[in-house]
Amino acid sequence: MTDTDMKKSASRFKLPFSVKIEPRVDDPPKWFSPMLSVIAVVFALLIGALVIWLGGGEPWKAYAHIARYSFGSVGVLSDTMVKAIPLMLVGLACSLAFRMKLWNIGAEGQFYLGAFGASMIVLLPVLPEDAPKWLFIITMIISGMLFGALWGFIPGFLKAKYNVNEIISTLMMNYIAIEWNNYFIYAVWSEGGFQMSRMFQRNAWLPRFSDLGKTIPFFRGLTTHMGLLFAIIAAVILWWILAKSQWGYEIRLIGDNPRAAEYAGVSIKKNVVLVMMLSGALAGLAGMSEITGVVHRLQGAISPGYGYTGIIIAWLAKLNPLAVILVSILFGALILAGREVQPSGIPTLIQGVIIVALIASDYFLRNRVSITRRMEE
Amino acid sequence: MDFILIILASGVATGTVLLYATVGEAFSERSGILNLGVEGMMLIGAMTAYKVSAATNNPWLGLLVAMFAAGAISQVHAFITITLQSDQVVSGLALNFLAIGISLVLGEGLTSLRDVVPSLPSFSIPVLVQIPILGRIFFTNQSVMVYLGFIFVPLAWYYINRTRPGLHLRAVGEYPAAADTLGIGVYSLRYFYVFVGGLLAGLGGATISLSISPGWFGALTTAGQGWIAIGLVIFAQWNPVRAAFGAYTFGALRRLVLDIQGPATLLGFANPFFYNPHNAFFLKMIPFAFTIVVLVIGSREANRKRIGTPSALGLPYIRGQRGL
Repeated sequence: MTDTDMKKSASRFKLPFSVKIEPRVDDPPKWFSPMLSVIAVVFALLIGALVIWLGGGEPWKAYAHIARYSFGSVGVLSDTMVKAIPLMLVGLACSLAFRMKLWNIGAEGQFYLGAFGASMIVLLPVLPEDAPKWLFIITMIISGMLFGALWGFIPGFLKAKYNVNEIISTLMMNYIAIEWNNYFIYAVWSEGGFQMSRMFQRNAWLPRFSDLGKTIPFFRGLTTHMGLLFAIIAAVILWWILAKSQWGYEIRLIGDNPRAAEYAGVSIKKNVVLVMMLSGALAGLAGMSEITGVVHRLQGAISPGYGYTGIIIAWLAKLNPLAVILVSILFGALILAGREVQPSGIPTLIQGVIIVALIASDYFLRNRVSITRRMEE
Repeated sequence: MDFILIILASGVATGTVLLYATVGEAFSERSGILNLGVEGMMLIGAMTAYKVSAATNNPWLGLLVAMFAAGAISQVHAFITITLQSDQVVSGLALNFLAIGISLVLGEGLTSLRDVVPSLPSFSIPVLVQIPILGRIFFTNQSVMVYLGFIFVPLAWYYINRTRPGLHLRAVGEYPAAADTLGIGVYSLRYFYVFVGGLLAGLGGATISLSISPGWFGALTTAGQGWIAIGLVIFAQWNPVRAAFGAYTFGALRRLVLDIQGPATLLGFANPFFYNPHNAFFLKMIPFAFTIVVLVIGSREANRKRIGTPSALGLPYIRGQRGL
């Protein structure tokens, strides 16, 4: 609706105030965008409550439950972090690609391939069973990231070479990745006919806080693993790349104005492939850390849609790598505690309402709404 | 021969689902609005259709309510992209999350109702059924939705290419500013065609749960078909007839992947998918891999012929501003 339309309708109904909407000329203040996100999330939670209530549930009980079972004690907080780690890494993967307006919806598949790449080191086996732990961890990181990058390379290459829409191709790659993993779980590495591989030996596990439990009692039983460190390091590096490096500048330029980038001599095709690969590598690292830090074997259903939640996280964090870390913790809580909330679709629903409210709220970043009292005429 | 005919016939049935969703998305994209929420809207349709026919024992009512439910949820996307002028890609993804979430919550407990819920009827068309081969494929014991699809495709093609409202639809998607100066309501038409896209996606979803593979299986009910439909739109170059061709081909492919595991010998050779069922995991990748192949073909062809994408696809129209 345009400005004049708004004025017309306002005068027709004789409201005691007039609403004026005009495009922003200058940038909104710095605090405005995060505040808008918070309002959008609160609004989304209210709508979520309404839907739960309409569906016959008790919204406040569901929310209280989520809060208690995700932040209530050090133990559950640690479990929340465990859920947040893969989200951080896929959130970073999505943020990087989205910054270039490259819609990598394939973090889910890249996650699965990362898990596959890491498992391969133990199960093929690439390393002997009694290799030292540090060697296992390094090889698994490299292998997981390589396989994730490969899964990102395919749609990136197709986009650069044939202009194939990356949204569809990355999504199709997700379905292919899951079948790929299934083949290995069922046919190759199946243990005793079950749909999972054997348990990895302990020196292929990522260190956890609970490993320190013997010396420092406080850490006893805490499941948070080394993946948290990977995620934080990745976030800082990515922040540096995007905000400080020349490559990051090119990525942002392509995202904001591809034509200007081309005139400036930035190769869009090369960057499409590179960004897709790095994005895939980050999602692959998420899969690797989940397999070696939590599951300790290759099996099906290792992700409750982490790759898709990563999209929402990236958007909620406004594509800022450091904000991704914080937002991921909130979503980790939602996923952890949401498992016990009935009906089971509620966490997905709340995520959906959050992102709808968020994208709608962007309107206020681009437009200025002023409400003034109408003078007596 | 019999085996091939069975696959083609059930391919037409399976493809009908894709057909409705693809043509619906083509309508929406022709008006300039890319809606990535097809998967979610189909799921809403499938869930609503099943739930309403379980409650009322009337599958036709279920079908109707399903269409309007999916149409209603599509208006969230319309509002965000047309009125609020936000990014169509992100909004479409958002719609997916929302619609899938709603379907899962409201669809809770529907799975157990299997075999109690009435389905839409299937029947053969007299006279036409006697045509050799084609009669077996297209007119023998198919769902009523399949036959509706046969009528729907030429009508949709005629509407887009030969009628005045169809001309307006194309104008709004190609050059909204010009359409606006001629007094065509760009905003209202775009709202309307996003709604049409929703109606048809809902119809596709309802076709699954009430007819093609009756039941409610959560997110597995649609199993990515909404995304395949979006890929098919590009392949179809926004043309309903090409969309039908693509949809039936994909339907046949999906059936082939399922049915090829049955026989012990294939063309005189030992069937690798029969002797080692694990190989079927590679079969299941085929429809998705084929979608990517089809996209490559589609975009190369579009490049060569310099046709395809509606010019204003993905761009918000702001009256009085520079640009399309």
